[in-house]
Amino acid sequence: MTMPALVADRVTLGYDGHVVFTGLTVQIEPGTVTTLIGANGCGKSTLLKAFGRLLAPSSGVVRLEGTPVRQLSARAVARRLAILPQKPLTPAATTVRDLVMRGRHPHQTLLRPWSAEDAAKVAEAIASTGMTELADRDVGSLSGGQLQRAWIALVLAQDAPVILLDEPTTFLDLSHQLEVLRLVRQINARQGSTIVMVLHDLSLAARYSDRLIVLHEGGVLADGAPWDVITPAVLATAFGLEALVMADPASGRPLVVPLEPAPDTAVPAI
Amino acid sequence: MSRRQGIDLGVIALPWRARVLWITLGCAVLVLGVFTFGIAAGSARMGVGDVWTTLLGAGSRTFGFIVFELRLPRAAAGIAVGLCLGLAGALTQTFSRNPLATPDILGVTSGAAAGAVVAIVIGGGGYSVGASLLGLGIPVVATIGGLLAAAVVYGLSWRQGVDSFRLILIGIGVTAILGGLTNFLLVRAQLTQATAATQWMVGSLSGVSWASVWPMLVVLAVAVPFALTQTAPLDLGQLGDDFSTGLGVAVQRHRLLVIVIAVVLTSAAVSAAGPVEFVAFVAPQVARRLTRTPRPPLIASALVGAVLVVTADVGARVAFGTEIPVGIVTAIIGAPYLIWLITRHNRKERR
Repeated sequence: MTMPALVADRVTLGYDGHVVFTGLTVQIEPGTVTTLIGANGCGKSTLLKAFGRLLAPSSGVVRLEGTPVRQLSARAVARRLAILPQKPLTPAATTVRDLVMRGRHPHQTLLRPWSAEDAAKVAEAIASTGMTELADRDVGSLSGGQLQRAWIALVLAQDAPVILLDEPTTFLDLSHQLEVLRLVRQINARQGSTIVMVLHDLSLAARYSDRLIVLHEGGVLADGAPWDVITPAVLATAFGLEALVMADPASGRPLVVPLEPAPDTAVPAI
Repeated sequence: MSRRQGIDLGVIALPWRARVLWITLGCAVLVLGVFTFGIAAGSARMGVGDVWTTLLGAGSRTFGFIVFELRLPRAAAGIAVGLCLGLAGALTQTFSRNPLATPDILGVTSGAAAGAVVAIVIGGGGYSVGASLLGLGIPVVATIGGLLAAAVVYGLSWRQGVDSFRLILIGIGVTAILGGLTNFLLVRAQLTQATAATQWMVGSLSGVSWASVWPMLVVLAVAVPFALTQTAPLDLGQLGDDFSTGLGVAVQRHRLLVIVIAVVLTSAAVSAAGPVEFVAFVAPQVARRLTRTPRPPLIASALVGAVLVVTADVGARVAFGTEIPVGIVTAIIGAPYLIWLITRHNRKERR
């Protein structure tokens, strides 16, 4: 059996005394695309942050390729795990190339903050996200979709085998959402990267993920391949949503079609 | 331009390395210029040539006395104060990601002022504790006050790590409390003591001697290399704490180090010259506009600070023919700049 890329082993997670998960165990297999889904406030981002050691569990351990992350230096983790947070701050007066160069930090040392290898990796990351022509543009002048690709290029330049993406498609229109998710699949196919992300759109999550984990009320409600997870029963419990699940004619993956509530359960008109 | 120079500067991206290097060198030349002018200007007239022949040990005995005993300490103090405040300002504005933040919000300045006023007022009033405080000397008491206040601000901001925004709010609160304490002491003080304390609080280079220059030079010699090691984390900090952590920065350790450096630099400058207003705020912003970098450049900010302080000090002496405390001049330059920066910032937000 291969060693899991990431394990949250009986972790208790929360903020300021408010507990989200108690003794939760989740394991991520290497080389797969896993998506965390669930209603707002179910703890998708909380679990992702714990995987990315942005949130320390109050009990339990997070293991990266078998080693507890707490035993590794910040830099050592960063060489093996990259995370794109939900709301990164866009720096002023910075070109796309400068921005992506920051992804090389974990590979640099104090006296050698730059190397030819860094420049090559940066160019490669920029090319694979289709940003080559925009490489010398100021990041402040990019559109939402371009900026998101620049952030993904930064994470790619980090050259880590495990990549965590917290809602990489928010604020993007549908075609740009598709573009980002295709890029995620490409990265996974080309480099065998392990990818864990948080998404809101269930049909897109089903279409582009190998595995879905549905989080609900401090635990895992359903976990597995898209067809095993996206069922009317799961949708009803996790989202309080009455929906049909049918095969997406384009991908063959499950497609969620919400139903209108029956007239007597509808919100009464005032 | 060779790549090596860029690496030695510790700056990450290539395109603006050349510009940063040239601007920094330009600022260094300017510092030498105002330094020379600062020594030459005064009631006994000296040429620029006289200044340098004297500095190099070949001048007349009269010039030797004027330069080494009277004017060099003051010019050197001006430069050291400017370097300390410029660098401290660049560090504070960068880690807090706020161009309006200055080391003052860390509590150092108000703490030092409160310490100094306690020493002057209570010490002069003959209470035993105060007298022993004054025995330590105003600079020492001011330093202690500044470091204590900064420690209180940092300590109160701690909640599973220090968040920059909370630090600023608590800093403002602590500064207000210390300002109240200082004012209370001034109101209760005798007139001569109140005058002495007020003079100290304005920030002036007129009383400096070699004894106040050396501590600043020592602090600079230690703080500058430490600050330069934080170049990369400071750059990454502009992406937010989560991203910095993800890219391998131990954020809390880095932040504590940066705060300690800024506090020690500010404290050294304040205990030597009193609070010289607006330098820590203006110098990094001027430097950043010159270099066009994402954040204030460290070395260039320090150099601009030095130019600003010495120019303000000498300018007041030359233009008005009388002593005007440097703190007043820098405030007169700094306040309009602050207003301009805020209005411009607002306009940008609205666009």
